[in-house]
Amino acid sequence: MNIIVCIKQVPNTNEVRINQETGTLIRDGVPSIMNPDDKNALEEALCLKDKYDANVTVICMGPPQAKSALQEALAMGADEAILLSDRAFGGSDTWATATILAAAIEKLGNYDIVFCGRQAIDGDTAQVGPEIAEFLQIAQVTYVKELTVTDHTLKVTRYSEIGDYVMECKMPVLLTAIKELNTPRYPTVRGIFDAYKSNVRVITLEDLEIDITQIGLKGSPTNVYKSFVPVKSRHSELIEGSDAKLKAAALIDKLTSLKLI
Amino acid sequence: MVRAKVNQDINFESYNDVWVIGQLDNGKIHPVTIEMLGVGKNLANQVGKKLAVVMIGNDIQEECGKMLHYGVDKVLYLQHQLLEDFSTDGYSIAIADLILEKKPEVVIFGATSFGRDIAPRIAARVGTGLTADCTKLEVDETDGKLLQTRPAFGGNMMATIICPKNRPQMATVRPGVMERAKFSQEVYGDIEIITPELSEDRILVKLLEKLPLAHKRVNLIDAKMIVSGGRGLKSPDGFELIRNLAEKLNAEVGSSRACVDAGWIDPSHQVGQTGTTVRPEVYIACGISGAIQHLAGMGESKYIIAINKDPNAPIFKICDYGIVGDLNEVIPAMISNIERVKTLEL
Repeated sequence: MNIIVCIKQVPNTNEVRINQETGTLIRDGVPSIMNPDDKNALEEALCLKDKYDANVTVICMGPPQAKSALQEALAMGADEAILLSDRAFGGSDTWATATILAAAIEKLGNYDIVFCGRQAIDGDTAQVGPEIAEFLQIAQVTYVKELTVTDHTLKVTRYSEIGDYVMECKMPVLLTAIKELNTPRYPTVRGIFDAYKSNVRVITLEDLEIDITQIGLKGSPTNVYKSFVPVKSRHSELIEGSDAKLKAAALIDKLTSLKLI
Repeated sequence: MVRAKVNQDINFESYNDVWVIGQLDNGKIHPVTIEMLGVGKNLANQVGKKLAVVMIGNDIQEECGKMLHYGVDKVLYLQHQLLEDFSTDGYSIAIADLILEKKPEVVIFGATSFGRDIAPRIAARVGTGLTADCTKLEVDETDGKLLQTRPAFGGNMMATIICPKNRPQMATVRPGVMERAKFSQEVYGDIEIITPELSEDRILVKLLEKLPLAHKRVNLIDAKMIVSGGRGLKSPDGFELIRNLAEKLNAEVGSSRACVDAGWIDPSHQVGQTGTTVRPEVYIACGISGAIQHLAGMGESKYIIAINKDPNAPIFKICDYGIVGDLNEVIPAMISNIERVKTLEL
């Protein structure tokens, strides 16, 4: 079984703070991490490697610094890691990103499962996975929370707001993982040493068969028109009182006077 | 199949009308559909075009009829036996083919797990841009293009996205944010039934089973009041206090992501960037620090009340009323005061 896992290196948006005075993001000192949903995808692929001796190739589109995310993937147990990096890829929206990833996957060929995370914590779009699946013309199941292999098919449980759907599909298939799928392993010390020794292969634009009008900033059908930090517009009042009971009473009186209770 | 391309210098004149892709959950119209009809009508009016709702299924004539009470000009009913249950392939192929045939200018989907499954597939199939999880949709006065605003960077920023060179302009819309279309007693518009070209072999994923929800469905979206618990509860038992207060107020119980991740409460109670977005009259946040991802899910509440031991908690900067104190003392005191007020009313 051959599995290709798509990962992204993202700033840890949980640690981003806002400079209240200037209304801008403080990005300095925010660590870069492997996108959490992608780590779940990688972990599931590694479980399939443990159980069925699957081959796990991890690909990542990003700037040169994204190599560290790929090394972490190798340290966790992936067999091969590939960085897709080129100036021409910069500024890509989800269409352009999916175009590039799909081209790389086609070049690698011979895959049974393409495993992605549901969404990245910086873009939060959840679009790249399904767009890759459409470009590759393969089946997809998103929001995967459970996966079992039976003969030559996969039984996949998909989350939904109205209850889980249990689906069956043949391979090749693209899956997107959510955090409920598994708990990712930590790299072993041995894994970390081995990762240092192995090479992350780098693929650039000229290695891929791509229509350049479909990638990068110019090839992206969506653009950012403007961005802003949401402005706080509430007047906050702390309820006074010498102890919790008095404060609680004052609050309830306040809410009653506002006819909310 | 030759894959689609973007930026092909298409003729914008041939693209007309605003489409809402309706969602049915087990045969019932999902509220986000009505919300999208609300914003869809505004958009259609602003650009002087028609509003259509696309309904997908088999034997849903009645649901299609209901849509005629919500200000649509047309219902496009994609009817096929293979569309009876959701499938990525069935829905994506049917909707994409319809878009390619009828050329709408704008297409919007609910940003539910289903909408987010098919919308990118359809955008890739048709060859156009898609913006995810919009909380605001407006028309640019100067040239009529769609301005699509959404939270970005994990909810730390807002970004307005445009799709200047491609049509249709597609977006998924966050449920629970837009104002719902008004129900009218009068019926207006007509239903066009379209049978898409589908065959079993094109549906690559088979649905084996639909599992029922593990817990009772929590209705955070319609709740007028929500009492929510966070890490400050210190243990799952803390939700006992939350539930008691919620009961006294006829409120729903919410939770921050931290408590859900810790297994203290079912994910269906989660409010936030990756949980549910809510807009109640009153949101009472107990032991919740006020991280951006949580605010993204409740920041539009009419009144925000915060109870937290830490005077420096960010939530105190965005609440209307806050109590710095131990929720284990404050909440019981609130409960007895509510009882006091209620007895006075009698």
